[in-house]
Amino acid sequence: MAERIPRVPVREQDPKVRAHNFEEVCYGYNLEEAMLEASRCLHCKNPRCVAACPVSIKIPEFIAKVKEGDIQGAASVISEDSSLPAVCGRVCPQETQCEGSCVLGVKFEPVAIGKLERFVADHTATESEVLRSEATNAASAAASESRAMRGMKDAGAQTEGLGTVPLGGAGGYKGTDNGHKVAIIGSGPAGLACASDLAKWGYDVTIFEALHRPGGVLEYGIPEFRLPKDAVLKREINEVKALGVKIETDVIIGRTVTIDSLMDDEGFEAVFVGTGAGLPKFMGIPGENLNGVFSANEFLTRNNLMKAFREDYLTPIHAGKKCCVVGGGNVAMDAARTALRLGADTSIIYRRTEVELPARKEEVHHAKEEGIDFQMLTNPVEILADENGWVRALKCIRMELGEPDESGRRSPVPIPGSEFEIPTETVIMALGTAPNPLIVKTTGGLEATRRGGLVADEDGRTTREGIFAGGDAVTGAATVILAMGAGRKAAKAIDDYLKNK
Amino acid sequence: MFKILKREMLTPNICKMVVSAPRIAKAAKPGQFLIVLANEEGERIPLTISDYDREEGTVTIVTQLIGASSAAIIAKEEGDFFRDVVGPLGNPSAFMGMSEEQLKGQKYIFIAGGLGTAPVYPQAKWLHDRGIAVDVIIGARTKDLLIYTEELGSACDNLYLCTDDGSVGFHGVGTACLEDLVAKGKEYTQAVAIGPMIMMKFATLTCKKLNIPIDVSLNMLMVDGTGMCGACRVTVAGKTRFACVDGPEFNGYDVDFDEAMRRLGQYKTEEAEVKAKFVK
Repeated sequence: MAERIPRVPVREQDPKVRAHNFEEVCYGYNLEEAMLEASRCLHCKNPRCVAACPVSIKIPEFIAKVKEGDIQGAASVISEDSSLPAVCGRVCPQETQCEGSCVLGVKFEPVAIGKLERFVADHTATESEVLRSEATNAASAAASESRAMRGMKDAGAQTEGLGTVPLGGAGGYKGTDNGHKVAIIGSGPAGLACASDLAKWGYDVTIFEALHRPGGVLEYGIPEFRLPKDAVLKREINEVKALGVKIETDVIIGRTVTIDSLMDDEGFEAVFVGTGAGLPKFMGIPGENLNGVFSANEFLTRNNLMKAFREDYLTPIHAGKKCCVVGGGNVAMDAARTALRLGADTSIIYRRTEVELPARKEEVHHAKEEGIDFQMLTNPVEILADENGWVRALKCIRMELGEPDESGRRSPVPIPGSEFEIPTETVIMALGTAPNPLIVKTTGGLEATRRGGLVADEDGRTTREGIFAGGDAVTGAATVILAMGAGRKAAKAIDDYLKNK
Repeated sequence: MFKILKREMLTPNICKMVVSAPRIAKAAKPGQFLIVLANEEGERIPLTISDYDREEGTVTIVTQLIGASSAAIIAKEEGDFFRDVVGPLGNPSAFMGMSEEQLKGQKYIFIAGGLGTAPVYPQAKWLHDRGIAVDVIIGARTKDLLIYTEELGSACDNLYLCTDDGSVGFHGVGTACLEDLVAKGKEYTQAVAIGPMIMMKFATLTCKKLNIPIDVSLNMLMVDGTGMCGACRVTVAGKTRFACVDGPEFNGYDVDFDEAMRRLGQYKTEEAEVKAKFVK
C-alpha cells in the first residue's frame, strides 16, 4: 500500500492565549489543507460514515467535491441534508458518529469529516458574501417586521422571490408556496432543521422563539469560543430565513399564546415542538441555594445570550477566583472553559473516570490544554458557606467504580471516610437538563413521559393529531445533530400528514 | 421592538410606562410579570404587570431607578422602543383559580410597599369588579413617594395610606396599620403583600400573629423567566422552587425570606461596577 498521508492537523489558537479570550479556538482548514485532507477518503462502496450520521449527509460525495476543489459543489451536496453545516462541523461528536465509523480509522486516523464540513460551510459563506448579505438583509428585515401580529402576512410577502437566489453553503432553494402554514416552537437545531425542510417543500413556516435571539442552545448554551455567534450562527440562521422561514422572537408558547390558539385563531395546520431541554437539574445536596451556586444554564446564558463577557454589555456574571464545575458533559466543559476565561482557576468535578466523560473528546482535550483541573471519581456531598451565605468550599467524597450493573456500566460508589473540601468561591452545576413542562401543561391531549419528554413516535408524531415533536423535548438532553435529525424526520411526517389530510 | 406609548414619572425615581404589546395584553392576568430588555446591551429585567388593556393591546409597567438596567428603561421617552418585552410570565394570582363560590365571602387585604403598589392594582381591581371585599394598605417613606393612590382608590372598598414620617395617613409602616385595623375590629380572610422583600417578611410575621393567610409576590433575580436558569430559586416549605414558573406568588408562611434576601444581593458588587460605569 502506498504511503499514507497522515490526517491534516488543524490550526488552533495557542492554549495560553485563548485561555484569556472568547475568540474561536479552532481556525479550521484552508483550501489547500482541506483538499489534502479530502484526498485521504477511501470512498467506500458502503460508506459507514453516512449510516452513522443522524442526518445522513452524503459524506464521500461532498468530500470528493472538496478533493476536486469544487467547494460550491460540496456545499450543495451537504445542503441536501443539513441546514447547519458550519454549526455541526464545529459541535457534532464526530468521534462517535461519522469519524468513529470511518474505515481509515481502524488502522490509521479517520478522515477529519467534521473539519471538512466546517471548511465547506465557511468557505462558501465567504465566497458568496455579497449575494448572501443582499438576501439575508431582506430576510431579516422581513422577520423583524413579523413581530407584530398584523405584520406577519406582509413579512411573508417580502421574503418571496428569495427562493430563486442560489445561496450556496447551507442554503438550498425555497419551494413554491403550497399555502399550508406550519408553526415551529423553538428555534434551536430541531426547529431550524424542521423549518428548513418544510420551507424547501413550499410550506409557510413561522418559528416562535421564547428568548430574544434565535438559535436555542446554539445561542444561549454553546460559547463564542466554540461557535462564534455573529460569524457562524447568525449566518446559518439567516440562510434558514432566506428560505422564507419567519422567526418571531419573544413569544412563549403556553404563556404568550397557546398551541390551540395558533391552530384555531392563526391558521396553523400543524405544529412542531422543538423546545429542547431547558430545565436545569440540581443535586439536592445541602447548600445548593447559597450565593455563588449557579446552574450551568444561568452561567452560560448570562455569558452567551446576554454577552456578560463583553465590556459593553450590562449583564453581571460571577465566576470568582476559584470555580468548581460539577459534571462531565459538553455543558460542563463549556461552563468550565468560560469560567476560566473570566479569570477563575477552574476544576471539573466528575464522579466517574475520564473514560466515561460524556463530553466530546476534543472539548476535554481543549479544556486540559487550557489548564482546567480535572477531579475524577469525585462527587460533591455538600456546599459549605461562609458567614455571609456565600460559597466557601465544596465538600466532596472520592468514588471508585463498582461492579457492573444490569446495563453493564460500572457505577461509581463512594469510598467511606474519603470526604475532603475544595475551597472555592463558586460552584456551577452542569448535571444535565430536563424538558420544560410548560407546553404539556398548556396543551390538551399532549402526553409526556415520567422524565418530562413528550411522547412521540419515531417520526415525531405526538399523542395529539397535528402536533409533532423532536429533539431534546422528546429525548431529554442529547446532541445538536440528533435534534436536527429528529427535526427532519418530523418535517417529513408533517408533509405526509398535511398532504393526506 | 415594542413602542412606549405613554411615560409618566410617578415620583422622582419611579416611572410608569404604557407599552404596545398586543399578544401579551391579550394573555396577561393579575399576578403575572413581564421581562423587559431595554436595549441590545441591557439586561432582561422582570417587572410585574401593573395594568393591561386587551382592546388597545397595551401593558403597563412601573419601574424604579435602581441600577444601570432600570436606568436604561427609564431613560426611554414616549415614542421610543424597548428591544424586547416578553410575557406574560409566571402564574396568575391564586384567586384567579378560585370559583365564584370560593371567592364569595372572602375579605382581602392588600399590603403594598413602594414599587409593589403598582402590581396590586390589577389584582384589587379584578376582585373589586367582581364584588369581593378588598381593602388596600399602601406604605411609603413619605407622602410624595406614595404611588397609584388614585387608581387604587377606585379599585377597593377602603384605601389606607401609611407613611413612615406621618406626612399623610397612618403614621407608621403598613404592617402596623394592618395590626391597628384588626385591633379596631376589621376582619380579613386573606392577605396579599407585594413590596420589598423585608416588608413582605414582616407582613408575613404580622399575618401569622393575626392568623391571616398571606400570599407574597417574590421579585427574585431572573434571566429568562421561563424556568431555564434557576437564578430565581427560593426555598418554599423546605423545597427549592423557581419563582418564575412556580410563582411569583407563594404562601408567605412557607417562604425562607432570609435566603431570598441574601440571593437578591448576589450580583451587588458587579451591579455597582456596571452602574458606576454606565450611569452618570
